[in-house]
Amino acid sequence: MAELRLVGRPASPGIAEGRAFRLPDRDTLRRATGTQQQEADALRDAIADAVLYLAELATKLESEAADMIGFQIAMLEDESLAEPAFAEIQVGQSALKAWNEAIEAELVHYRSAEDEYFRARTADLEDMRDAVIDRLSGAASVAIPDGAIIFARDFQPSRFLSVDWSKGGAVVLSEGSPTSHVSMLARARGVPMIVGLGDVPEMDGHILVDGSIGEAIFAPNMETRNAYQARKVAANADARAAAEVALRPAVTQDGQRVEIYINIASPDELEPLDKALCDGIGLVRTEFLFGAGPDLPDEDTQYRVYRRIVEWAEGRPVTIRTLDAGGDKPIIGLTVDGESNPFLGIRGIRLSFARPDIFRMQLRALARAAIHGTLKVMAPMVTNPAEYSKFTSMMDEELAALYKAGIAAKRPDLGMMVEVPAAAIAIDCFEVDFFSIGSNDLTQYVTAAGRDIGAVSGLADPSHPAMLRLFAAMARHSAASNREISICGDAAGDTAHIPALLAAGLRKLSVAPGLVGSVKLAISRLNLRTKSAAP
Amino acid sequence: MATGEALLTNAVGLHARPSVKLTQLAKSFSSTVEIAVSSEGPWVDAKSPVKIMRVKAPKGTLLHIRAEGGDGEAAVAALIDLVHRKFDEVEESAHG
Repeated sequence: MAELRLVGRPASPGIAEGRAFRLPDRDTLRRATGTQQQEADALRDAIADAVLYLAELATKLESEAADMIGFQIAMLEDESLAEPAFAEIQVGQSALKAWNEAIEAELVHYRSAEDEYFRARTADLEDMRDAVIDRLSGAASVAIPDGAIIFARDFQPSRFLSVDWSKGGAVVLSEGSPTSHVSMLARARGVPMIVGLGDVPEMDGHILVDGSIGEAIFAPNMETRNAYQARKVAANADARAAAEVALRPAVTQDGQRVEIYINIASPDELEPLDKALCDGIGLVRTEFLFGAGPDLPDEDTQYRVYRRIVEWAEGRPVTIRTLDAGGDKPIIGLTVDGESNPFLGIRGIRLSFARPDIFRMQLRALARAAIHGTLKVMAPMVTNPAEYSKFTSMMDEELAALYKAGIAAKRPDLGMMVEVPAAAIAIDCFEVDFFSIGSNDLTQYVTAAGRDIGAVSGLADPSHPAMLRLFAAMARHSAASNREISICGDAAGDTAHIPALLAAGLRKLSVAPGLVGSVKLAISRLNLRTKSAAP
Repeated sequence: MATGEALLTNAVGLHARPSVKLTQLAKSFSSTVEIAVSSEGPWVDAKSPVKIMRVKAPKGTLLHIRAEGGDGEAAVAALIDLVHRKFDEVEESAHG
């Protein structure tokens, strides 16, 4: 048969090749309904079996994932969970249907909970429910062969964790999302994964998968296989070379030093990192603090977290962004619901001004943390110079109050994200200590193309001439006015865009910790004088 | 009947991980142990994670605890201590 190439959405990068393995759809598996006694026994066995399976799985996992599984086990072992199901079986219901309905009744409580924290447990309950259903329907006894390219409609996180990925393999889902739990697991484990591939023709045989571009090739011909093999070898060689340069300063072929900072969303991300990885922290997203519990974090809680991050950096600069909620980052009880276009609504500093009590508390916590290192604080979504002045005035007022109360504090350097086109074009109107380009939002606003809308995401190109002219103009202004400028959007971590960003005059890039190696490697191969790249 | 109360001060309230710890502790006593969010009840079996999760008690809830049996006093004291220790959760990274 002829080679067939299908493209879905990339969920986890990497190249894999192997035989296709189609995981039967849970809904298509049915078991014959037996007597009441048989059904009750089947459900009891399935639950006991699921507990054993989960308990064994938990022993192989690190604490966070093991806790998630531990909760599922505790729920399954609680007899009151399946009580209504057994009652239904007694009046003639099948085990499968009775179990589904009993858990559904439980799930209603979770889905309707006001507390986001509680609602998030819905996924755990569904995972637990499916582990039992897979045992009732026989799906669990379908063994996944080592190194297979797994095709499925959806894939349970616990099932993903039970596969031995050291033998290779990949996951290809006809539905699903790159932000799902299982996609995150795949990225964490380095397993190539594609989602949203749609219906796949029934076929066996050899499959090639490139998770970084979301491509799956069925029945590849010899030429394609060789090309993939070369790509895989190059990717492996690059990964090794990237690991080698990751802990060294980034310097171009012609000797230009480029500072590499990291973006983080939680202090936990810093724990496993070698401090030599970066020149500092270019972006700390503070939304994590506000989404973790039912209550907004108090000043002391925030202070402790900021201090921990600043101390990790040991004197190197740390740029913390004030709360950037709204747009694609809603926070229950804080952001405005029902805006017709949240990306053009009350978000970033606009929301902070609408909730000054919360904003001032964050500014106080930041000013207190500033005494522990080199802290810089920036505001997101600044549009007008007046907004920036208001931000600095509020910081000064809180500082004065802290000093008056005899609390140790210091004024951090203050700056702004440049992500609103108006601010980027009129950058010379802002009297700041530093700029940080938020290229994700800036690109989508300049190109009028949402990154989250698949059909137009290709238009949201940070290398569009309009973007490159903006970057260059901003870099020129910053150099002329002796202000620092850095870039912290996804473009900074994308090796395809880095030559253009450096050519535009940017010399400070802030990227995800996992991308530092490949970014430094790309920089080390560039020659800005001759505008060429070494192999 | 032994009784007591404790204020939930951990960030996430009586949720997944805390409720598993609470029920495991309750199960280590032979007495019947129950909790409620109001002194008038309804009282909920503290040995059942399914039922404890249905309570959805957030941070700031005053938890009422009662136990009936030979080791009832010890059970109430142990549960109060667990709540006061914030379920031994690391607050800054509590996700459970």
